[in-house]
Amino acid sequence: MAVQGFGKAYADEILLPAKPAYVGLSFFVAFMLNMLPLTGYVLMIRPDFVAVILLYWAIRHPRKVGFTPVFILGLVMDVTDGSLFGQHALAYCVLMAAGVAWHRRVSLFGIQGQMLHVLLMLLVAQLIVLAVQLAAGNAFPGWWYFLPSLSGCLIWPVVCQIVTSPLRPKVKSEEL
Amino acid sequence: MEYSPPPFFKRGPNLVTRLTLFSLLSLVLLFADARFRYMEDIRAVVGVILYPFQELVDTPARMARGMANYFSLQSTLRGENTRLREEAFVNAGLLQKQQDLIAENENLRELLHLRPRFEPSSQVASILYTARDPFVRQVVVDKGASDGVVPGAPVIDTLGLVGQVHRVYPWASEVVLITDKEQVIPVQVVRNGLRAVIFGLGYDGALEVRFMPVNADVEKGDLLVTSGIDGVYPSGLPVAFVDSVERNAAYPFARITCRPASGVRSYRHVMVLGTTEDYPERPVAPEQGGPGPGGKD
Repeated sequence: MAVQGFGKAYADEILLPAKPAYVGLSFFVAFMLNMLPLTGYVLMIRPDFVAVILLYWAIRHPRKVGFTPVFILGLVMDVTDGSLFGQHALAYCVLMAAGVAWHRRVSLFGIQGQMLHVLLMLLVAQLIVLAVQLAAGNAFPGWWYFLPSLSGCLIWPVVCQIVTSPLRPKVKSEEL
Repeated sequence: MEYSPPPFFKRGPNLVTRLTLFSLLSLVLLFADARFRYMEDIRAVVGVILYPFQELVDTPARMARGMANYFSLQSTLRGENTRLREEAFVNAGLLQKQQDLIAENENLRELLHLRPRFEPSSQVASILYTARDPFVRQVVVDKGASDGVVPGAPVIDTLGLVGQVHRVYPWASEVVLITDKEQVIPVQVVRNGLRAVIFGLGYDGALEVRFMPVNADVEKGDLLVTSGIDGVYPSGLPVAFVDSVERNAAYPFARITCRPASGVRSYRHVMVLGTTEDYPERPVAPEQGGPGPGGKD
């Protein structure tokens, strides 16, 4: 009966344990995607891949990632972006906490419900960054500022599929 | 220590505690960076470590550009070649005239016992990428401290002033565009020599001249060039064209909006100038507290 409430997304999946190297690799790839030399509209709608991957691990495997590496990753992101030192670190820590705190709740929903939760969390993280920047004396850049949250929520199913696929066992449990 | 609990359920401090701790830490860092700029050294170190990764990520884009260049149509190349030839012809004429003028100018300056004009050193840099932080208007170029770039150096393109070097890493540097909200440049109207100060607005394609009286002689279409009185930018670099002048008697100042002369959105190469000549020491600012300009009264 306990399984009945679970969404279709990964209701009866038993995944292999994720190796720390695999977690690290996923973050590295996301980081490289963030560093792509984009300009113009593409840059405007580009999701924050690191934030999405972070949410993935926080929600699906809440014990795999600690706060310290996330914090350091945020600081590194700040250097590559030339933004205020600590703004990404703060946003990522908040995302991490939100993901871990909600991981049971989000798991109950199907993929659309999960996307809505992800959108909300990404928006909150962006709002925190916005508040920090406004406090530092910068102007609100425009409503397009929130587009990365939207695109991040839209790529959530794809990211889940890609990151989960190597964790699926080669042999179906029913066949045993 | 023998009787400590087994580490089966050891999970460290709980989530809220950890979040509070790390948030406080990042807020401290943010404050130190925004207020006192304490973090520049750490930034430089991390920037060096990240450089190979950035290069790695840039490689596909660079290769794609190289391929596109390689497979460009012959007709395109011929058209471009003809155009460049014509330009070179025109430029040769101008250059000859300019050499003549430079010689004449030097003679005149010598006669008048003026200081020789400053010729800044310069080097070409290509734009690596636009800064990803939506709150700043910056580009990152591929020349850094190892090429002699120093913070504060002006950056131009073929059409005019692009911006100013902000942070310098060993092999790259950040250039703040003139449209950034924090950028302020002393300019001069070419038509009549009127001096003014131009401010970035924080978004693309717009600048604003502030604190000009309503009756100031500024017209639509005027070219504004750097006046060179700040000791940062050499004089005579095109900065902006006046787009509109709004004179409303209800306000003490005219509202003058401009568009930048440079085309930083459309070019891949910029020129980083050396910093300008040694100016005499700035006079010491008068004691704060008296009712002076800028002081609260």
